[in-house]
Amino acid sequence: MAAATAVSLSFSACRPKGAGSAVSGNAAQRTYVPPGQYDEFYTFTSGGFSGQMSVYGLPSGRLFRVIPVFSVDPEKAWGFSEETKPMLMTSHGFVPWDDLHHIESSFTDGMPDGKWIFANSNNTPRLARIDLTTYRTSEIIEIPNTGGNHCSPFTTENSEYVIAATRFSVPPDGPASDVPIDSYKENFKGHISFVSVDKETGEFDIAFQLKTPGLNFDLSSAGKGVSNGWLFISCYNSEQSHTLLEVNASQNDKDFIMAINWKKAEEYFKAGKGTKQTNVRYAHNKYDEHTHTATHEIKTEVTVLDVADFDDLAYLIPCPKSPHGADVSPTGEYIVGSGKLAALIPVFSFEKLQNAIGNSDFESERYDGIPVMKYESALHGEVEKPGLGPLHTEFDDKGNAYTSFFVSSEVVKWDIKTLEVLDRQPTYYSVGHLMVAGGNSKKPYGKYLVAYNKITKDRFLPTGPELAHSAQLFDISGDKMELLLDFPTIGEPHYAQSLPADLIKDKSLKIYDINNNNHPFKTNGEAEARVERDGNIVRVYMTTIRSHLTPDVIEGIHQGDEVYFHITNIEQDWDMPHGFAIKGAGNSELLVMPGETQTIKWVPDRVGIFPFYCTDFCSALHQEMSGYVRVSPKGSNVALTSYTGNK
Amino acid sequence: MKKLLVLLTLGIALYACSQSGKQGSENNSRASIEQQPSDYDPNRGLGKFDNVEVGDKLDVAMAKDGKVIADLKCASCHKYTDERLVGPGWSGVTAKHQPAWIMNFITNPDPMIDKDPELQAQLEICLVRMPNQNLSDEDARKILEFMRENDGVK
Repeated sequence: MAAATAVSLSFSACRPKGAGSAVSGNAAQRTYVPPGQYDEFYTFTSGGFSGQMSVYGLPSGRLFRVIPVFSVDPEKAWGFSEETKPMLMTSHGFVPWDDLHHIESSFTDGMPDGKWIFANSNNTPRLARIDLTTYRTSEIIEIPNTGGNHCSPFTTENSEYVIAATRFSVPPDGPASDVPIDSYKENFKGHISFVSVDKETGEFDIAFQLKTPGLNFDLSSAGKGVSNGWLFISCYNSEQSHTLLEVNASQNDKDFIMAINWKKAEEYFKAGKGTKQTNVRYAHNKYDEHTHTATHEIKTEVTVLDVADFDDLAYLIPCPKSPHGADVSPTGEYIVGSGKLAALIPVFSFEKLQNAIGNSDFESERYDGIPVMKYESALHGEVEKPGLGPLHTEFDDKGNAYTSFFVSSEVVKWDIKTLEVLDRQPTYYSVGHLMVAGGNSKKPYGKYLVAYNKITKDRFLPTGPELAHSAQLFDISGDKMELLLDFPTIGEPHYAQSLPADLIKDKSLKIYDINNNNHPFKTNGEAEARVERDGNIVRVYMTTIRSHLTPDVIEGIHQGDEVYFHITNIEQDWDMPHGFAIKGAGNSELLVMPGETQTIKWVPDRVGIFPFYCTDFCSALHQEMSGYVRVSPKGSNVALTSYTGNK
Repeated sequence: MKKLLVLLTLGIALYACSQSGKQGSENNSRASIEQQPSDYDPNRGLGKFDNVEVGDKLDVAMAKDGKVIADLKCASCHKYTDERLVGPGWSGVTAKHQPAWIMNFITNPDPMIDKDPELQAQLEICLVRMPNQNLSDEDARKILEFMRENDGVK
């Protein structure tokens, strides 16, 4: 330990001036997880423009896994295997990339329940559910009537609904959406989707959408405790500008936080008050852990309620200026608006909001049909001179709030009730989102805060023009925040969720039981391994076990055949995947988990002998785990044969 | 180059051995660490089974089920004759080993490979550690019955 500390000290002595001094002496000790021991928290981190989600340990900052979600991943055959291709289907066809923005746990009674992690894609609007037993994306649903699904996947107190709200308002889907772009104010609409989550299976269904004026929705938080049943959404571009938003959407001193009574909306929906829209097309893709196969379907109907048709669904709270975060305190009493161009942080009171609604204490003019509160009547107070460019706020277990400041590059701790600033610590550099362990729940775990910085510059050894984004871990258990650790991240993390390791680690699946493998092309033991031809379609039923592939000699394949290698891994031991790759394949490898069947398609483009092999080191004889396919000209009379070992 | 490869392979094999504790389930690896070498009973093996009662006669139904399981989970590496494939052939195994040893080994292979002198010797020949095929107690018993049938018990 002394050595580790000495190393960290001597290293910090080389840091650029100012940065090293922020680290306290025993930081190494407090982030060191000895070999073979476990971290205290799992941290599920958004991968931003990588489209994936990464899993880190805290406090070590060690990366455990990258889970492919919205982007293809040839390492894991995500989007390449026949089984996973349907997961990336959309109404636009197969989409190999997206921009995964935010992460949210599934919640029960306002606390992470460790069942699922939700994620949203910003470009082609979708919502994903990741299973916390398999650490795989189980479901993806596309969101219709939506431009960019940024304001998502925030959930209600019991994950009754996951929210998906548009960042770019657009005309509703359908042929009438062919309109001049400068008719924005007239034709462009926002939509907020309420996607229900089945309590047992987790399955998504777009229950209903709320149609709103053409605002840009940024982030949201559901009410909890006293404010359960409400949803708070930050809105920018209240100017409803359609061009040069950098200038034109920054004109108004105040934009809005939209307060939505979602229980009321649900009531209206259930009472049949919505309108069925049937000119939408959206994908709904599910992965089945028994057939080891995904299915894709297109849905064509959604129920829409126009908020302007109801007096008691939505209210607008003026909020300075172009707010990003709209974050609800653990008790549900306060809503913090982080106006990214504002010089203060307004904190709204749920109680005052309710009183104002009860007294119809509104501005005289509605905003496109929605009642607008008076700023002061909903205000609990303002945090004065907190910093520049507040973005996002989370909470600890002691009544404190932590707000990230992009422009002044710092995290600021303040008291929720008194609004007094208690501490500020610089971040390196320009923090975007931050995350307190459990900081969006009813009872935050506290202890750690991670700042997800947008700019890295000189924090790590340089790697050319493109740098990994940098995360910074703070200990927030004391009065002052203490910087403990920098660690690089995958893509651009916009948010994360820390879950106590004890909540989920024992639920992690070790193998797929081969007796429950219902894959239609499973090979149930080596005796069933074979090759079958049907016209130009050839199916290879292959097994893997340490350390051979069966069959490993295949002849009678013709150039241009569609060859499907259905690989069943008959191992039943943890951490014993086998890989499969064949020369010239125009897609990826396969990694087949114990008990699983996965398929790769191969169309041989020439005559000859093609080796294939196991790509994942499996035993001392891994290097021997290989085989050959003979490819003959089309119409050749070479018999279709296959064997391993003895003919 | 060849020499280097040999060294590398050896290194990997050694590495695989040194990792063995991690490969088993947590409980098993802990047990294997705590147990002193002198405690090891080469007749019983290491695992949960002490005395496995087998009848004089074959339980035909059980043996039949056992073959189905063995065909799926074992036959990739073991022939039912005395011929070695990846691992040794099964012929004669029930004469050579106590029922408890067999059931302990097939349900708890990794910790037992670390302890058992004969399995250590086998590993030097086969170089592949027998995989844990996640057999239930019942599966293991049925496979034992099939092994008995394979060895001529009627």
